[in-house]
Amino acid sequence: MVKESILKTGGTSKKPAAAKPKKKKLYTVIFFNKWCKSCGLCSALCPKKIIKSDELGFPAIENMDRCSGCRFCEIHCPDFSITIKERHPRRRRTNGKH
Amino acid sequence: MLECAEIIRKEYLRHDKKFPHVWCPGCGNGIVMGALLRAVHSLGLDKDEVVLASGIGCSGRMPTYVDFNTIHTTHGRALTFSTGIKLARPELTVMTVMGDGDSTAIGGNHFIHAARRNLNLTAIIINNSTYGMTGGQYSPTTPYGSKSTTSVYGHVEHAFNIAELAATAGAAFVARSTVYHATHMEEMLKKGIEKRGFSVIEIISNCHVQHGRRNKLGGAVEMINGFKQRSVTIEKATKMSADELEGKITIGVLADVEKPVSTEEYQRIVEEAKNKAEIITKAKEKNGVKRYEE
Repeated sequence: MVKESILKTGGTSKKPAAAKPKKKKLYTVIFFNKWCKSCGLCSALCPKKIIKSDELGFPAIENMDRCSGCRFCEIHCPDFSITIKERHPRRRRTNGKH
Repeated sequence: MLECAEIIRKEYLRHDKKFPHVWCPGCGNGIVMGALLRAVHSLGLDKDEVVLASGIGCSGRMPTYVDFNTIHTTHGRALTFSTGIKLARPELTVMTVMGDGDSTAIGGNHFIHAARRNLNLTAIIINNSTYGMTGGQYSPTTPYGSKSTTSVYGHVEHAFNIAELAATAGAAFVARSTVYHATHMEEMLKKGIEKRGFSVIEIISNCHVQHGRRNKLGGAVEMINGFKQRSVTIEKATKMSADELEGKITIGVLADVEKPVSTEEYQRIVEEAKNKAEIITKAKEKNGVKRYEE
């Protein structure tokens, strides 16, 4: 729905470059499990609530595309075990697979 | 803010031998260390020009992990050691990490006198309101009525307000922050390091293992989220009444004054004394008195 409306406005307006849909930035969250103590701060403080824990208690993310890159977990990790990097995949839509 | 934590990990930490660190899961000391390293990185200071001193306690483990010039000193005497380092090598950036017991109980005298002297130092005080490493005894910042190993029926004494104590003792820069406000803490640390004069940054941290568990404050997540709910900025706090401020944490810059720095004043006195001595020797030569060496 959103995409259609953007396309329509793009067709009618005189500046097609400005109406181009903005690409969403994608991020990768890397957990360095060797230093992690599974305190649960990252999953509790994540504003999108996408960090879940796996069966061993370590943090894991199912759908990495939902990460907004706020780095709140990175700066609040007491064990320095989270790294966030920008991701530039060749295919934009991966349906959550990465 | 740093691009990624990898730079911190590879450049500023002794990552190949000391990690993972000894602090409890969810401890605020790690967050403070990260903010400190990010502040140093964004200020562009060289690793060899920074000194980090610490006393005893959980916070005293911090110099073990960072790759600066570090010194781990006796209980309460961290500020005295860093005073000596600053006077011997004034070009270095000297920072001191202390706990609440380290700075106000055992080293309380050193703390207020370092603030009075106004040396060009940065004191980072991590306040977790208990003696966490030794088993949860009450400290000078334990709130009234809270339980600890040495106050099982509730604490009967009142808590210190470290930041206001430092401001009254004459520190040039006083700020307070919490471990929830990591970016705010980083800014305060940056301002404190840049400030010429004695700067105190009090950071409210959590000790969920010793203090939180005994007082039913919950785990690390609940305590850190509690800081978010309890804290008010200094601009808001000036408009609030005393009853409303009960139990709140005022964060922000509490004092920022310009004062002559004692190390520079000392250097000025040295120059003056040298000039005077030269005048005296010249006068003596004029009168025919020979120099002592001759």
